[in-house]
Amino acid sequence: MRMQDLTSLTQQALEEVAACGDLASLDEARVRWLGKKGVLTEQLKSLGALPGPERPAAGQRINEAKERVNSAIDARRADLERIEVEMKLAAGRIDVTLPGRGEERGGLHPVTKARLRIEMLFRRAGFDVASGPEIEDDFHNFEALNIPPDHPARAMHDTFYFPDGRLLRTHTSPVQIRALLEQGAPIAIIAPGRVYRVDYDMTHAPMFHQLEGLVVDENISYGNMKAALHGFLKAFFERDLAMRLRPSYFPFTEPSAEVDMSCVFCEGKGCRTCKQTGWLEIAGCGMVHPNVLKASGIDPERCTGYAFGAGIDRLAMLRYGVNDLRLFFENDLRFLRQFRTF
Amino acid sequence: MKVPYSWLAEWVDVPWDARELGSRLTMAGFELDALEAAAPEFTQVVVAEILSAERHPQADKLQVCRVSTGQGEPLQIVCGASNARAGLKTALALVGAKLPGGLDIKAAKLRGVESFGMLCSAKELGLADTSAGILELPADAPVGRPLREYLELDEPILELNITANRGDAMSIIGIAREVAALAGKPVKGPVATPSSVGHGDKFPVYLDAPAACPKFVGCVIRGVNNRAATPLRISERLRRAGVRSISPVVDVTNYVMLELGQPMHAYDLAKLQGEIRVRPARAGEPIRLLDGKTIEAAPDVLLITDSEGPVGLAGIMGGQRTAVSLETTDVFLEVAYFPPAAIMGRARRWGLLTDAVQRFERGVDPTQQERAMERAIALLSAIAGGSPGPISVTQSPEHQTKRAPVPLRRTQLKRLLGLTLDDARVTSTLEALQMRVVPTAQGWEATPPSYRFDVTIEADLIEEVARIVGFEAIPEQDALVPQRFRAAPEEIPLEHTILEALAMRGYQEAITFAFVDPALQTRLFPDQPGLVLSNPIASDMSVMRVSLWPGLLRAAQENQRRQQDRIRLFEHGARFVVADGVTREIDTLSGIVCGPRLPEQWGVPREMRAPADFYDVKGDLQALLVGTGARDSFTFEPVSLSCLHPGRAARVLRQGQEVGYIGELHPLLVRELDFTYSPVLFELNVGEWSSRPLAPHTKGQIGAAGREFTAALTVEKPQHREISRFPQVRRDIAVVVDETVALSALADRVVFTASTLLQSLRVFDVYRGPGVESGRKSIALGLIFQDISRTLTDDDVERLIASIVADLRVSLNAKIRE
Repeated sequence: MRMQDLTSLTQQALEEVAACGDLASLDEARVRWLGKKGVLTEQLKSLGALPGPERPAAGQRINEAKERVNSAIDARRADLERIEVEMKLAAGRIDVTLPGRGEERGGLHPVTKARLRIEMLFRRAGFDVASGPEIEDDFHNFEALNIPPDHPARAMHDTFYFPDGRLLRTHTSPVQIRALLEQGAPIAIIAPGRVYRVDYDMTHAPMFHQLEGLVVDENISYGNMKAALHGFLKAFFERDLAMRLRPSYFPFTEPSAEVDMSCVFCEGKGCRTCKQTGWLEIAGCGMVHPNVLKASGIDPERCTGYAFGAGIDRLAMLRYGVNDLRLFFENDLRFLRQFRTF
Repeated sequence: MKVPYSWLAEWVDVPWDARELGSRLTMAGFELDALEAAAPEFTQVVVAEILSAERHPQADKLQVCRVSTGQGEPLQIVCGASNARAGLKTALALVGAKLPGGLDIKAAKLRGVESFGMLCSAKELGLADTSAGILELPADAPVGRPLREYLELDEPILELNITANRGDAMSIIGIAREVAALAGKPVKGPVATPSSVGHGDKFPVYLDAPAACPKFVGCVIRGVNNRAATPLRISERLRRAGVRSISPVVDVTNYVMLELGQPMHAYDLAKLQGEIRVRPARAGEPIRLLDGKTIEAAPDVLLITDSEGPVGLAGIMGGQRTAVSLETTDVFLEVAYFPPAAIMGRARRWGLLTDAVQRFERGVDPTQQERAMERAIALLSAIAGGSPGPISVTQSPEHQTKRAPVPLRRTQLKRLLGLTLDDARVTSTLEALQMRVVPTAQGWEATPPSYRFDVTIEADLIEEVARIVGFEAIPEQDALVPQRFRAAPEEIPLEHTILEALAMRGYQEAITFAFVDPALQTRLFPDQPGLVLSNPIASDMSVMRVSLWPGLLRAAQENQRRQQDRIRLFEHGARFVVADGVTREIDTLSGIVCGPRLPEQWGVPREMRAPADFYDVKGDLQALLVGTGARDSFTFEPVSLSCLHPGRAARVLRQGQEVGYIGELHPLLVRELDFTYSPVLFELNVGEWSSRPLAPHTKGQIGAAGREFTAALTVEKPQHREISRFPQVRRDIAVVVDETVALSALADRVVFTASTLLQSLRVFDVYRGPGVESGRKSIALGLIFQDISRTLTDDDVERLIASIVADLRVSLNAKIRE
């Protein structure tokens, strides 16, 4: 066989392989050129016609040609397989901007969110969280708190009563009495909870949430109370706000004070929320009255303590920018969904 | 309380302007509620004199006046007031004036006559709510002077919030005393010179209840002209302090009350019979009061009586029979002292929170009655003439309120405040408050002045010192908290994890009122009477909830009304159950679901867009119950509750104890409440309030009155068990049973037969229809078997299946569907 024939055959085979567009035609080409009866395989059979000394060299040339074609086929196969995968992937492409499937997340009520945050902050400062019943008796809600019957301070409370004389607690302060009677001193608790007053308008709901605080130990001072309240307010609002205590009157504390903090909306410059005063009234507090300690079995000579009460709803309103208390109790899903954060 | 600045300035030299004064008083415990001028804004109103007034030619009710403003030609003004008359000095709004309420004065023609301004009434100037005619100014009023200047209408009025312990500060003198202490100035005040006695008449007074009325000062004044006009200076003061001018006698008693804090009362002497006795009322004794109402008194109420019966509710309100009128000429003035204990609480029964009550129940200075009487007599003589008799004092000294000295220890002052003050500062502060201070070995002994009812113990003195020194002087000081670990039982679930679990399943937390509409609650729970409030705020908020469902149903209704079609709400709070006379306060977790199973979305099968049903909510509930670590201890059994669909309601049990309910709202209620989709509700008992305040969550264990209470969500601490390393084998069987056979019965038998080799049992189909007789159903079970110690062979599993099938055939009349 002539060298020139083999070279052109090989060339022809390689061109055919390169032209194959899919795996099936590539396989056909392989059979045609390299199969048992393939064109190049047939060439080997013609070796016998050559003189003996030429045979090895001719055989080697033919095998080299077969090898070239074979590797061309493998390379082409790899190409075609890769293209096929790419086409499949292209066909399987999805729109990643379509929404995911299933249930949406709901959320907690903003008042609950504020309450849990408050509980967390006080726990970290070493307070326990206590609770008490919402239906109370006169003793725990008034008498033990140094508010005897007919006391003018009762007028401020607008109490809901039941026919048997029990009442809906007007503040969380009865938990002070229960906790002291139960645990005694030393004690450091907060008691968040629902309280009730006969009052319903723009800024008052007949049910709302209060935060009670009580710390009694051998040498608890007004300075400790100031530090705790200021520390809490700064932590809750996450800012370095100013606080001032104004003398006031509660029958169960002496001295008593109202707690004002610098307005979180105008930084104390004066705005509508703070009625141009720069201050927001946020809590009431004072040193536990000796009569209250006595009613709770604590010797006021041995222990002193402070107590405070703040509105959780108001804290939540200021924290989340809610401008109408009544929104908290309307349970409008569109309102509630704004607070679906962790 | 309203304090006109000028009135206060008569009693003490105020070194501050009104704003500064307000903030000083605020920081001393008298919060400034408002700071306003004595009159609303108006401009170009001057004092004017009517030179002549003639009938308007075209109108009977109008007059045409010539009015002098002191300069230029007199102005022609048309006026409709009948008291417009020649010689009257009054207020004239000039052309260009702006009056309160936005009225602009322009030149105008009234029925053909030109008018160049307007003569003003007190009402038109914002000085009164009503007025009968134009303002009548004193004859010496300077014509042409701006009215605001002349009447000092730019004077600031401080409205102060007086706390309930400071009755002594409900007066000009009381505020003056505070200002004096804060500013280091003396209290001055008008000196009351004793009036000359004009006659010797006295009216006899007897104190039958000297503890309740230890002192009664009286005086007979004859020949008073009660028709005289109260001078503008007095009536303006009263108005600025919030009191209406009525007649000289009444105005004087009010003036003295506002100034000295001493309530007083005037009787028409002509109507007063025999003698006055101050005595307790008899039960049901009627008295007609000044306001025209008749009330029935009680024995704890003190009456002022004459020989014919009651003439006043002591310290509260006078009686009608002896009231002064414009015709009264002879009056009997009463200035008495009633201690707080004799007054407190009584007036509230009849809603009579008068100025007198507010002062007496907080405490009136028991030593100032004579002084108040002197002041009243002097004022009254000046205004309405009259001749005073001698001041007669009837009293029982041993019943008089006395101030005891209160000890103050240096150590306690420092301990309570966390502030060190030097001795001289403490002494001077207490003395500035008119206390008599004596040094002792441990500190001081201070006797408060007669008018301070609120200073009785050491803490009260400490407050006084701190208040005047200023709370801002006390440094903040962190308390030292010992590091100690407190019990935190793992069986008590953390509240937020429960709330978050529901939130992650699409529920939004609601907070509803604990009092609900009795109509709705009774409709839902006819057998459970709720606690009824005596004084509800509204009839639909009058009964305590026995379940959170009434509130959640209302919240769902409201949201449906707001076009929310998919509603998932939960609430965590107390409900109030009455059983055998005991009220149980049960901490409860409840939910409501109505609307489509999933939010509207693409790519889910159509049945997932159907309205949520019992099983959807049961799925949520079971997901929650997994968190207890005791999922298998919960069972659901059919229950009949009148508010739930009779065939789609279950009681939730934990180890056989009831812990809650779940079900679809009764179809009749769905219609009555106008729901588009049938709501599914659940309710779980989380805890019960017991007497343990410090462990809100262990409040689950024993409830009120020692009742057993099972908490739905108490956690069983997880306990590791070894996991099998051998392969598991699954076999599916379809079991045909009667409709009445519950899955729980079927599963119980399978579990019983398969024993520990059954790892899990799944229901993957429930089928009714061709191939299954009517009245029967086919339940397809996937059973997964596994052994802890070896690989189960096919033989093992076949034997197990065979014995399960055989048992079901016998126990439940089941057939296996091939």
